[in-house]
Amino acid sequence: MAEHAARIDYRAVTKRFTRKGRRQRGAAEEIVAVTDVNFAVGNGEVVALIGPSGCGKSTLLNMGSGLYQPSAGEVYVDGERVDSPNSHVAFMLQKDLLLPWRSIRANVEFGLEIRGWPRKDRRDRALDLLDKCHLSHFAEHYPHQLSGGMRQRAALARTLAVDPSVLLMDEPFSALDAQTKMILQQDLAETVSGQGKTAVLITHDLIESIALSDRILVMSQRPGRIIREIPVDLPDRENPMARRQHRRVGEYVAELMALLDVGGHVADEVI
Amino acid sequence: MNATGFGTREILASLALLVLFLAAWEWGPALIGIPTFIVPPASMVWEEALFMLSAEGLVYHSVITAVTVLIGFVLGSLLGMLIGYLLGVSPTAEVVLSPYVLALQIAPKVAFAPLFVLWFGYTIYPKVLVAVLIVFFPVMVNVLTAVRTVDPDLVNLARSFSAKRWHIFTKIEFRAAMPPLFSGLRIGATLAVIGVVVGELVGGNTGLGFLLALGEGSGNTAMVFVTIIMLTVIGILAYVSVILLERRVLHYLHVDRG
Ligand SMILES: Nc1ncnc2c1ncn2[C@@H]1O[C@H](COP(=O)(O)OP(=O)(O)OP(=O)(O)O)[C@@H](O)[C@H]1O
Ligand SMILES: [Mg+2]
Repeated sequence: MAEHAARIDYRAVTKRFTRKGRRQRGAAEEIVAVTDVNFAVGNGEVVALIGPSGCGKSTLLNMGSGLYQPSAGEVYVDGERVDSPNSHVAFMLQKDLLLPWRSIRANVEFGLEIRGWPRKDRRDRALDLLDKCHLSHFAEHYPHQLSGGMRQRAALARTLAVDPSVLLMDEPFSALDAQTKMILQQDLAETVSGQGKTAVLITHDLIESIALSDRILVMSQRPGRIIREIPVDLPDRENPMARRQHRRVGEYVAELMALLDVGGHVADEVI
Repeated sequence: MNATGFGTREILASLALLVLFLAAWEWGPALIGIPTFIVPPASMVWEEALFMLSAEGLVYHSVITAVTVLIGFVLGSLLGMLIGYLLGVSPTAEVVLSPYVLALQIAPKVAFAPLFVLWFGYTIYPKVLVAVLIVFFPVMVNVLTAVRTVDPDLVNLARSFSAKRWHIFTKIEFRAAMPPLFSGLRIGATLAVIGVVVGELVGGNTGLGFLLALGEGSGNTAMVFVTIIMLTVIGILAYVSVILLERRVLHYLHVDRG
């Protein structure tokens, strides 16, 4: 990868949804979810995406993973235009989406299995990842036997298993309690830094965006646009526990709060 | 699964209740002047059962009914699963077929029994068909609904790994429909017995349904009682088999509280 080449690149992306009008036939209501979004994430970079609820963050992510097509503009991943799901990206949601009938190991193997890996190879890879995610004791357990934090960790292992160049994460920790959340943030940051992964992280948690990312993109209310890009000029990206305590975190929080207020009257909801 | 464990106390209480029930059955009716041809006492039913075992081929008829129930249940379940999954994965098929499916679902299935006897005579087919028809619906409806309500995010997860439609079916929809499928099978297991008995009542000279008709015709209330008990036993066996299978297949749902 050349230094300047972007891992994921949104070029003038607009997404419109048509909702069928109630009662009146044919009167379809059009919703512009995001409009003219431009940003690129370089190799090994972590970018946080924040903005009011409904501004189109998840929509952007779905276009990155090829589940939705932009109405205008293009998304490129590793220089290739995304027109369908592809092996360069993998996503992780707030819901762990573990299949209850599969053991944790089999869940981690899920993506590899679909991609046709041989049984032995995918098993080895899954066990290896579970080991890295401190879950090796639970490989043969079933999801219901694990705590929320462990389940989300298994979901991370499943995402990493397919070795994506770009991780797309949609509020991955928002369903967890505060302590578990910090531990998982720490794990994620270490993994991402250790493996040099590129990531886009959607979050409503301002501190999380500051603690984990190199850059924060702030979006407006719908139709979502990127209204500000804030580079996080703090050390310790691989160590969010340390970064959280940095004395300048407050300045960033204040700036984000102000911006989200400008984007609409939703700062309360967002924070 | 359930918090109500079977301790010694509960077992003793259950047994006491059984003894109480049998005693009430044995002497209760006579006390309030109900004649034995209306409610035969427990001992009389027991004697009748022994007599039927030796002279009326109770075992033979029970086995016939049980096997028919099994055949009807298996065929009805398979058909229900097949159609349920098909309609589940194909919205067009569901839209086109749903009015007819609904009509058939509302139609009282046992009323088809005489028709089937007209068509197939006094063979095993009418009773199997009634059972199939009756088992089919709860299974199909449960599977269909389950496939429809699979979490779209799960499907998207699979799609994000470039899953083909076939993968989504085999790895997600098929498995996700299992718990509701088993609820359908439980209902089906008890309904299958009804289907078969109705088939046997309407026509034929084998099975417990035939013994029911025979008992009724000869005014032998005890015989009817024995047959009802046997039918209940078959129903319980069918139900328990489904539960045992369910425990194996859905083991991942059983939370072990140590
Ligand atoms: N498949 C769809 N069909 C129609 N409208 C949609 C669809 N997906 C999203 N939308 C609409 O697009 C807008 C943006 O939705 P999106 O889920 O991307 O917001 P978000 O920023 O992720 O919100 P949140 O922070 O609450 O998760 C919303 O108004 C939503 O209703
Ligand atoms: Mg969202």
